Amino acid sequence: MTEIRVAAAPDAPPLAATRTAPPFSVTRMPGFGLVAVASFAVLYLPIITLVIFSFNASTSMSSWGGLSLDWYRAAWRNEVVQEATVRSLILATSAAVISTTVATLAALGTTRQGRFPGRTAIYAMVNQPLMVPEIVTAVSLLIVFGFVRSLTGYQGLGYLILAHSAFCVPFAYLPIRARLEGMDRTLELAAADLYASPVQAFRRITLPLLAPGIMAGAMLAFVVSLDDVVITEFVKSAGQDTLATYMLGQFRRTLTPEVNAISTALLGFTLVLLTGFFLITRKRARDPR
Amino acid sequence: MKTLYLSAALGLLTTAAAAQDRQLQLYNWGDYTSPEMIEKFEGETGIDVTITDYDSNDTALAKVQAGGHGFDLVVPSANYVQIWVEQGLLQELDHARLTNIGNIAPEWVDVAWDPGRRYTIPWQWGSTGVSVNTSVYSGDINTSNIFLDPPPELHGKINVVPEMNDIISLTIMNVGGEPCTEDLEVLRQVRDKLMNAKQYWLSMDYDSEAKLSANDIMAAATWNGPSMRARLNNPPVQFGYPKEGYPLWMDSVALLADAQNVDEAYEFLDFIMAPENAAMISNYARYGNGIAGSEEFMDAEMRTAPEIAIPEEHRAAGVFLPSCPASAVNIYSQIWTELQS
Amino acid sequence: MTSGAAEAAGLRRRTRAGWLLSTPALVLLAAGAAGPLLVVLVFSFLSQGEYGGVSLPFSGEAWFRIFLQRDIFDGTVSAADAHLAIFWRSVWISLATTLITFAMGLPTAWFIATRPPGQRSLWLFLITIPFWTNLLIRTFAIMEVIRNEGLLNTALLSLGVIDQPIQILFTDWATLIGTTYVYLPLMVLPLYAAIDRFDMRLLEAGYDLYASRWSVLRRVILPLVRPGIVAGCILVFIPSLGAYVTPRILGGGKNMMIGNFIELQFGQARNWPLGAALSMALMVVVMAALLVYVRVSAREGRDD
Repeated sequence: MTEIRVAAAPDAPPLAATRTAPPFSVTRMPGFGLVAVASFAVLYLPIITLVIFSFNASTSMSSWGGLSLDWYRAAWRNEVVQEATVRSLILATSAAVISTTVATLAALGTTRQGRFPGRTAIYAMVNQPLMVPEIVTAVSLLIVFGFVRSLTGYQGLGYLILAHSAFCVPFAYLPIRARLEGMDRTLELAAADLYASPVQAFRRITLPLLAPGIMAGAMLAFVVSLDDVVITEFVKSAGQDTLATYMLGQFRRTLTPEVNAISTALLGFTLVLLTGFFLITRKRARDPR
Repeated sequence: MKTLYLSAALGLLTTAAAAQDRQLQLYNWGDYTSPEMIEKFEGETGIDVTITDYDSNDTALAKVQAGGHGFDLVVPSANYVQIWVEQGLLQELDHARLTNIGNIAPEWVDVAWDPGRRYTIPWQWGSTGVSVNTSVYSGDINTSNIFLDPPPELHGKINVVPEMNDIISLTIMNVGGEPCTEDLEVLRQVRDKLMNAKQYWLSMDYDSEAKLSANDIMAAATWNGPSMRARLNNPPVQFGYPKEGYPLWMDSVALLADAQNVDEAYEFLDFIMAPENAAMISNYARYGNGIAGSEEFMDAEMRTAPEIAIPEEHRAAGVFLPSCPASAVNIYSQIWTELQS
Repeated sequence: MTSGAAEAAGLRRRTRAGWLLSTPALVLLAAGAAGPLLVVLVFSFLSQGEYGGVSLPFSGEAWFRIFLQRDIFDGTVSAADAHLAIFWRSVWISLATTLITFAMGLPTAWFIATRPPGQRSLWLFLITIPFWTNLLIRTFAIMEVIRNEGLLNTALLSLGVIDQPIQILFTDWATLIGTTYVYLPLMVLPLYAAIDRFDMRLLEAGYDLYASRWSVLRRVILPLVRPGIVAGCILVFIPSLGAYVTPRILGGGKNMMIGNFIELQFGQARNWPLGAALSMALMVVVMAALLVYVRVSAREGRDD
């Protein structure tokens, strides 16, 4: 996990160089860098042990029995796990896209229009999924969806996508709203003065300004959906185990390093995707327009 | 399996598997079904088996009650079978369609929760007792006092499985009561015993096996399966059958009243009653199965394991727990809440 | 905008736009979260089913039992101490989690927001990547770090800081470590979203006026990133109240939090009405606290 090299000064594009110019940097806060490094270390320490134990020859998660790829072989042969992983990723992607889209609109609606009757009610409603433990949402969805199921006979992934999307809304909404609140409106007003249509103004001005918030919201929604186990357990139809419910099923037995191998493979896959994405965007950024 | 994989990846909203295939939907405890056994069944019959996991009897029951579930077979524990039957969720089995029905070992035919096996077929059975690392404590381990009144050597080194029903029942029997009792004098002793014992426990967690194997704990109130697997890693770990009384349990396969694939389900039920196939389940899940003659197909370490085949002198103390009425469960859950608050 | 009529028309237009933009989210939530929750509200007023579920007649018993308990042995009615103890444990662990994640999250978010623009999304990804592994596995991995023979104790022992392993695992402290880990990104990401729009020239202005770094942080930065702080605190505090897996595995399961207690009612205890009433009460309390919190912080934020 080499990406923890946070201390090294990155080769900064010229644009940002003015910001971080020594000797006096306005953005430097004493101790902040140290805490940030510590945070990354804390986040990655368990992950590193997880990766190491995925190469463990013994069946135990806590005692080292030599180097081996057995668990990777086991995971590779385990079709059930692969299906569950694919299903988890499909579900998390759908939920992230849907919830971030509606959350962005709702955030625009509740911050860009000033005060209006019902704004607090909308705010409360959007955040409602946070307020009850998952088991409660799970039970209520079980009853309602069970009814819909017997009525329509539909057994597809739609129930899970709906449940996950709804559950992820506040996780996407709050970061986007945090970005929007107090954001400078000058540019939008200027665009309107220059006869830009509201759609043009939104696409060219608001959306780019909003992008980091949307990015943060979508990422949160994605990992929240990946992690969700209780709602999924109650809502899933026959044959719809996700990685999370598969793991829950193993909860009463002892987990073997096979689950570490699965996780490590998933991490590796993520890192490859991420590196590729990063290289492409960097190349594009360097190309002259 | 492959069709499901593809349809999940491509058409998100399509219903589970291709309709023209013969298929079977098994709703079972997680990590409980031997993949080799399923592969063999699929190879012999051409039926595509999909397994969906659950993690508790209550979840499974609530889900099937809610309707529209799409499952064919389910594997409830003994104390829940009567609830499933009473609620009309199961269909009676036609024994004429089960050529291997005679393979059920005699002692597992007329069981209290399903006399004559009208609704269920044995899957796996076991017991809840105590597990002790005998290198630390060499006294009598066949007593529930191991975790309820532990010897000083074990203080602070005990894990207790967080199953309310098992633990309360063990404690009730420890103080001389009957499972499902509502006798307040007995229950007061139960509460006091548990509240006092808690200070000696390290944790209340499912995973006793890893902790016993790694010497993180020296004793546990747990199931026989984890105890046996821990012994294979760490030889001094022994399983004790509390003489005051200990719970026995059996999970049995049942056919759901609204099953879609009834023929396939019957083929599966017949298949798992063949001794060599039942042994495959045991070799995977590491519990006994209730099918006569399956022992000879089991792994050697299981055939002789004192955790699986209960020694003669301990048999009498084993009790199949009935499903207690709500009035009793309410008192138990108050004690349980007080214990964990 | 002087005439009252124009102002009223403006308000009408803004109201319509606000509701219209929020409609997709509201529809989604009504179908997939809040709507079905009405079922639970009804459950809280029903009687306990013999084997789980609910049955008639209607009853206020569940609501009564949240606050008061009838002693099982002598029938006397008293305050439900056990419930209160569980509630307080949840509140202090969630509060502590919020404070720690904020103390760690603010510098981390600041660090990310001050990277060159092209790198920021990479750093954001790095925050979330550990969360691509499953919650249970991650929790077990944390267990490996903090157990008696784990990385942490081994390191402290070999450094000579301690002379015997500290028992962290299976205590409330382990639960706190676990929740801090799990909820850290929920603090960092909203903070980042708020800091990233921050105009760094304001800092220059601050320093030009000879402000110290501390007073710039307190007077300039914190007020301006307040929306991010509010969002982060909500996203950490509220979900950690209902944490389930962490207290179960890292905390050793000996001491419940609200999430475990409500789960118990829908599971082994088979008392759905009590579980329903508990969760409705929790929702009301949390919702009220949230609205007050948002109001107050909005008012404070306006004096910039």
